[in-house]
Amino acid sequence: MPQDAIVITGLTRSFARNHVLRGVNLTLPAGKVTVLMGANGAGKSTLVKILCGVQRRDTGEITLGGQPFDPPDPASALRAGVVTVHQNINDGVAPDLDVASNLLLDELAAGSSFFLNARRMREEARRIAGAVGLDVDVTRPVRELSLADRQLVSIARAMSHRPRLLILDEPTSSLSATETERLFILIDRLRAEGVAILYISHRMSDIRRLADRIVSMRDGQISGQFEGETLDYAGAVRAMLGHEITEVDIDIPPQGRAVIEARALRLRPDAVPFDLSLHENEVVAITGLVGSGKSLLAEVLFGVSRAEGGTITLDGAPYMPKNPGAAVQAGVFLSAKDRLLNAVIPEFDITRNMVLPFLSRHTGLLSLLRPGSERATATRMIGEMGVVCQSPKDGILTLSGGNQQKVVVARWLAEASRLLILDEPFQGVDIQARRDIGRHIRASASGRATLVLCAEIDEALEVADRILVMSEHSIIGAHRNQNIDLGLVMAQVTESAAGMPS
Amino acid sequence: MKKDFNLTDFAIRYGFLILMAALVIGFSIAQPAFLTARSGVFILQSVAITGILALGVTATLVVGGFDLSIGAVATSALMLSAYTMVIWDLGAVEAVVFCLAMGAFVGLINGLLIVKMRVPDLLATLGMMFLLMGLQRIPTEGNSISTGMSLPGGGTATGTFSPGFLMLGRHRLDFILEDLVPLSVVFLIVIAFLVWGFLELTRHGRVMYAIGSNAKAASLAGINVNFYRILAYVISGTLASFGGILLAARLGRGDVASGNNLLLDAVAAALIGFAVLGAAKPNAFGTAIGALFVGILLQGLTMLNAPYYTQDFIKGAVLVVALVFTFALSGRGGRARG
Repeated sequence: MPQDAIVITGLTRSFARNHVLRGVNLTLPAGKVTVLMGANGAGKSTLVKILCGVQRRDTGEITLGGQPFDPPDPASALRAGVVTVHQNINDGVAPDLDVASNLLLDELAAGSSFFLNARRMREEARRIAGAVGLDVDVTRPVRELSLADRQLVSIARAMSHRPRLLILDEPTSSLSATETERLFILIDRLRAEGVAILYISHRMSDIRRLADRIVSMRDGQISGQFEGETLDYAGAVRAMLGHEITEVDIDIPPQGRAVIEARALRLRPDAVPFDLSLHENEVVAITGLVGSGKSLLAEVLFGVSRAEGGTITLDGAPYMPKNPGAAVQAGVFLSAKDRLLNAVIPEFDITRNMVLPFLSRHTGLLSLLRPGSERATATRMIGEMGVVCQSPKDGILTLSGGNQQKVVVARWLAEASRLLILDEPFQGVDIQARRDIGRHIRASASGRATLVLCAEIDEALEVADRILVMSEHSIIGAHRNQNIDLGLVMAQVTESAAGMPS
Repeated sequence: MKKDFNLTDFAIRYGFLILMAALVIGFSIAQPAFLTARSGVFILQSVAITGILALGVTATLVVGGFDLSIGAVATSALMLSAYTMVIWDLGAVEAVVFCLAMGAFVGLINGLLIVKMRVPDLLATLGMMFLLMGLQRIPTEGNSISTGMSLPGGGTATGTFSPGFLMLGRHRLDFILEDLVPLSVVFLIVIAFLVWGFLELTRHGRVMYAIGSNAKAASLAGINVNFYRILAYVISGTLASFGGILLAARLGRGDVASGNNLLLDAVAAALIGFAVLGAAKPNAFGTAIGALFVGILLQGLTMLNAPYYTQDFIKGAVLVVALVFTFALSGRGGRARG
């Protein structure tokens, strides 16, 4: 029987009032690949950060090989045998140094000798590279290597520490099929050597190929563990997404005329083309796993990215915006996901954040701004959205996450649009703010088409008249949100992924 | 609701203005001649050119950039105006137009390097600074330009600085006292108001601040981020060349060695401006106050007979203190600069 490498009990972590981990109990056995699944905000990345010493826990116990484990910083975690390969490959390598220096980076950082012995370094580097099947000239700079080789460099570097736990965070997201297979063969070998592996991914093909066990996370807790001869993939995805039926009543209005008509739209060269019609008065939600192409569709409609093929019309006229400015001119608005990255202007107050896209509505002679007009719009939207604040002049960062989100959504609701796209409008907000935002999206929906993108099916059920399911950059299911067959929606979200050739 | 008085907040907001008032009072007690209209005007005149340059660099700071080429643009404008009038024998209007066009063009190139070629702002403008410092010496083979100088191709330069041009730097207006206010001070005040109004009161200024704070979000709000970033460098280059024109008009010759301190002084004024009224961000009002602060300090010390060679040290020390005010005390961590 392989021993348990890592045992986690009652782990909690909060950021201010936000409880990210609410008592995680998890065992990672040696010599097994444990796949961790979880939607955005489920707490995966916080769990990983605590394990690799980037963040500290609030309460709870972790033991590593029977010993208590509480790394104060990443270097201690590494010394204790917990090795992490991050999603962003370039985070793990120094691109301008040669392969040998990269492989010995930790030794260089902590080494005892002052001068470098180039020949000894190269020999040592070749030995480390050989151990993971990395066959490159170790004197080449890392920036000249392919992404897959770069990743092997960071894994090889990690392996030279004789790890007990190897954490891989979405390692295949930028690899080709053959590169992926090479990584899998390496993982197989490490598993056979008795390393415990925590593998974070949403790719069903990866999971089917590698997983000995699947653990699903939801709302800061482990929501399902699956092991045995035949793994219940669909069950794992359901545990990750949750399935409570919400009590929001959707009253579907009559469909207006078509606003957006997309024909044979192809988002990626290898994706199946699809059609899409969005009508006045209706709220359409697109759901699907992370990486299924929802945000790319939003970017195409908003002029940030180009489609690979197909045609789009807006109110009957050809529509292919060159940039976001052109999309806004045409009446297509996008409230982007990840508000702190893509929406919030941190130095601005509530008013200035709200009026940003439509400043020309608030200007007079010589482009001079009219503060009264700005204030009137901000005050109106604060009232309509129920933003909790002292005054419209509050700095945006003084607000809670839910209220910040209301402000950046309100930015696009302040003016009339033809198509309003909201990418993950409920991201990182509490249940009250989620209801407020959803109610206002529905209440203001007449006269425009509304497209809501959300990975959580619950959120789609709360807000939409129609729910479309996206997978592999194509739309594979459409449902009217009335007596909806939730099992079928779930099946399309999960099985489409599970059913792809592996 | 009564607001609690918070000493730290008060210090961050008014600390620099109080410090400036204390300096004025202190210098006046030590040297009563300090507090006269002539002395005040002298301070303004001494900061007029660096103040104008600093207002330009403020525009680039607002969009999250930086312009190190302003000093070199100003001295290039100085040489170009001298060349236009002394060697080509053209008039004041041509000289001013050429210089402003040159400044705007250099700003455009800076902006294109940064936006299109993706050269980091500090490096692009540093490269431009070296380029211009070299370029301005080539036409005259490294010599200063003055009437009667011998030309590289043989013969002597016959042109002169036109009186109208020299007036820009030397004329004084009657204001209360006769011949009190130099024209350059009027230019500084007018430009400060224009830049302040542009940044604080217009749509364009608001958009530029948004870009400096979160360029990605600004772009997703439909803003043409590249256009405004280039515009900031064009403003900076144009104002720097105007500063160079005033310098040429004051000196009356194309002196290759002048203007060495312009970059340091202008950048110091703009960065000191971060601390004024606790703004913690680039702003035109703060920049003007920052320039004034440096001027008051140097004028006071000069009147107290402090040696000239201590000036750079004092400017540097003031800058460091101002930066501590901005970044440490206000606790905002400042703006993330790439």
